[in-house]
Amino acid sequence: MRKALLLGNEAIARGAYEAGIQVATGYPGTPSSEILETIAKEYGKEIYAEWSTNEKVAMDAAVGAAYSGRRALVTTKQVGMNVLADSLMYAVYTGSEAGLVVVTADDPGMFSSQNEQDNRWYAKLAKVPLLEPADSQEAKDFVIHAIEISERFDTPVVIRTTMRVSHSKGVVTLGERPPVPKEVGPFPRNQKKYVMTAMWARERHPVVEERIKALAAYAEESPLNWAEYRDRKLGIVTSGVTYAYVREVFPQASVLKLGMTYPLPRNLILEFAKNVEELIVVEELDPFLEEQIRALGVKVRGKDIFPPCGELLPERIAELAAEAGLLPAEKVPRPANHAPEGLPERIPVLCPGCPHRSTFFVLAKLKVPVAGDIGCYNLGCLPPFNAQHTMGCMGASIGVLHGMAIAGLPERAVATIGDSTFFHSGMAPLANMVHNGSRGVVIIMDNGTTAMTGHQDHPGTQWTLHGQPAKAIDIEKVVRAMGVEKVRVVNAFDVKEVENGLKDCLAYEGVSVLITRGLCVQVSKAHGGIYWVDVNACIACGTCFRLGCPAIVKSEVKNPKTGANKAAIDPTLCVGCDACRQVCPVGAIHAPEGKEER
Amino acid sequence: MKRLDILVAGVGGQGTILASDILAEVGMLAGYDVKKSDVLGLAVRGGSVLSHVRWGEKVASPVISPGMANFLLGFEPLEALRVIPYLSLESTVLVNTRVVPPVSVSSGNMDYPSLDAIERALRAACRKFFSFDATAVAEKLGTARVANLVMLGAFSTQVEVPFEIWEDVILARVPAKYRDLNLRAFHAGRELLKGGLQ
Repeated sequence: MRKALLLGNEAIARGAYEAGIQVATGYPGTPSSEILETIAKEYGKEIYAEWSTNEKVAMDAAVGAAYSGRRALVTTKQVGMNVLADSLMYAVYTGSEAGLVVVTADDPGMFSSQNEQDNRWYAKLAKVPLLEPADSQEAKDFVIHAIEISERFDTPVVIRTTMRVSHSKGVVTLGERPPVPKEVGPFPRNQKKYVMTAMWARERHPVVEERIKALAAYAEESPLNWAEYRDRKLGIVTSGVTYAYVREVFPQASVLKLGMTYPLPRNLILEFAKNVEELIVVEELDPFLEEQIRALGVKVRGKDIFPPCGELLPERIAELAAEAGLLPAEKVPRPANHAPEGLPERIPVLCPGCPHRSTFFVLAKLKVPVAGDIGCYNLGCLPPFNAQHTMGCMGASIGVLHGMAIAGLPERAVATIGDSTFFHSGMAPLANMVHNGSRGVVIIMDNGTTAMTGHQDHPGTQWTLHGQPAKAIDIEKVVRAMGVEKVRVVNAFDVKEVENGLKDCLAYEGVSVLITRGLCVQVSKAHGGIYWVDVNACIACGTCFRLGCPAIVKSEVKNPKTGANKAAIDPTLCVGCDACRQVCPVGAIHAPEGKEER
Repeated sequence: MKRLDILVAGVGGQGTILASDILAEVGMLAGYDVKKSDVLGLAVRGGSVLSHVRWGEKVASPVISPGMANFLLGFEPLEALRVIPYLSLESTVLVNTRVVPPVSVSSGNMDYPSLDAIERALRAACRKFFSFDATAVAEKLGTARVANLVMLGAFSTQVEVPFEIWEDVILARVPAKYRDLNLRAFHAGRELLKGGLQ
């Protein structure tokens, strides 16, 4: 049998192939993005894949495909599930003609999320079956199981991974793709099933309740749940990657490994509890399993030992278990050495040549309050800019800016939002500002890509996920059509133009939009030559350092009067974007010979 | 089969992920069960990158615990020092001595620890210590970008894996037009440690 070393996300993509999925949708988001990218790259001939405008749109599209008879899969990052949820709720009531799977990649440890929500609760809320793979092999296999469950019980199925499953590699045994329908249709005219108007939805609710009971019975027999009996003094209930950690930390303990974590197999749990002396649950984040097990009347410990914050890595499990008297202290892996205190961190910075740099330089200079959004430009909240004062979730910036206006804030305020985020969830709040006669400047930082998650295309770009030409939607025309009367488009690489544009918009009484246009340097790969500092002319005023460019470094040479370091340019990092030359007040920074200085 | 836990620590852009992908693939073809986990942070924007690669008879967890690493491949001195809690007196450490200064040092007020201090700390924390300027070796071959293959070449002298496996995996993993360059870098790395430089 063929084996391959696959990332959890690549394994899910492979699972989609082997499960006969024909439509896959989603919106980019760490740690989920590689699923659709792999589907498009490796299985693009067999599976239609798209980046949808947002997670809800992705879900509705997958639902429509599944109603039409195509097996479908939706991917989302942890917080994207909140956007998707509205559509999940009705899809649970309707079911679908073909299998429908939602994959949520959660983020315990918050490596790239604004919160640490446990998406397993969505399964309970929506009354939908939930699978949690522990490694790449399971990540692949569970997609196949999910499709089977989905079609057998006529329900969407949620697969929940975490960063460690999605971004770890493991050996996977590969299978084949089953036959899939070539043609579909006619579309089912089954209104009582697919039109969730209240009178028909009322008839579907009991179906959902009966279905979840049937699924609970299935969970008892499911191959996804099993008990491993070893020493019966300690029994551990666990799921997902935590299973792997538990096996390493407690090699002797009995384990109830749950691959299907909603609805839970009541009898299997009761039997396991009966067969062990002490029962604990090891789970990351919330006491999702623990509370349900306790509700069965079983004595169990969990969150009193293992806290709900952060990843539960093996060493942490061991340490906490030792404190609770469940493990001898000598079994805890302890570092013999500690890194010295205060090592310089590598905080993320805007790349050399980033088109966002000018905007944050100007925002910092003008000292206006800024409602921020999700993307690379969130780095504007860090030094040297400190020019983003709120950030909550995708699309929140514009709504928050409106709130500042209706609160009667005397200051002129600004929202910063990227092009991809604007299409994701920025248009509705902008329409709201126009409709309600609001005031404020919306800066749409248009770098022509979804940069933060790995440069995916979006409705404003010219390519689809399959690499087909697409009609790029013009953001300027969109905002004008929405009724914004004050619209300025500026070159993001021209600092003065950005400053003048922003000042002009700030002076405007109503809603204004400033589009700062400049391609992401990781996409354009633009290189304008290596710039240099005339060390004699440099007065060490520090203005260029306020650009926060990694290529601008402290020179050994100091200004004898102030003692401040002069500037130098690291030739290995500079890509010649020209921003530093533009802001230098004494003309000490120069373009390479032969390049015309603007 | 002996368990081998290998850490690869570096900075975004140094090719640490390609290197750890190759390590994982080599382990699998050498007959091990393999797991690998990357912590990327915001790697593309100059952040720290740490990859855990585990070879063994049967590997459960994709992450290595503190004090348990058999090998540390430090692609950058500060990043090697940062992960010192993973080392034990059983560990072997290979460090590229070429510094990549963090922005907090190059344009901020932080100080980069002295290379001597880093070496002393790491030497005291492990069994075998090798340090060399892998980037300089790569630059001599034409580009600093293949320093990752120099590191892998040096590491390959420390484990018993047939040379053909390394070669096959490298050829499969690197872009076609850079195959020769990457292989030369790998060989140059092997040469570095063949003489037992320490």
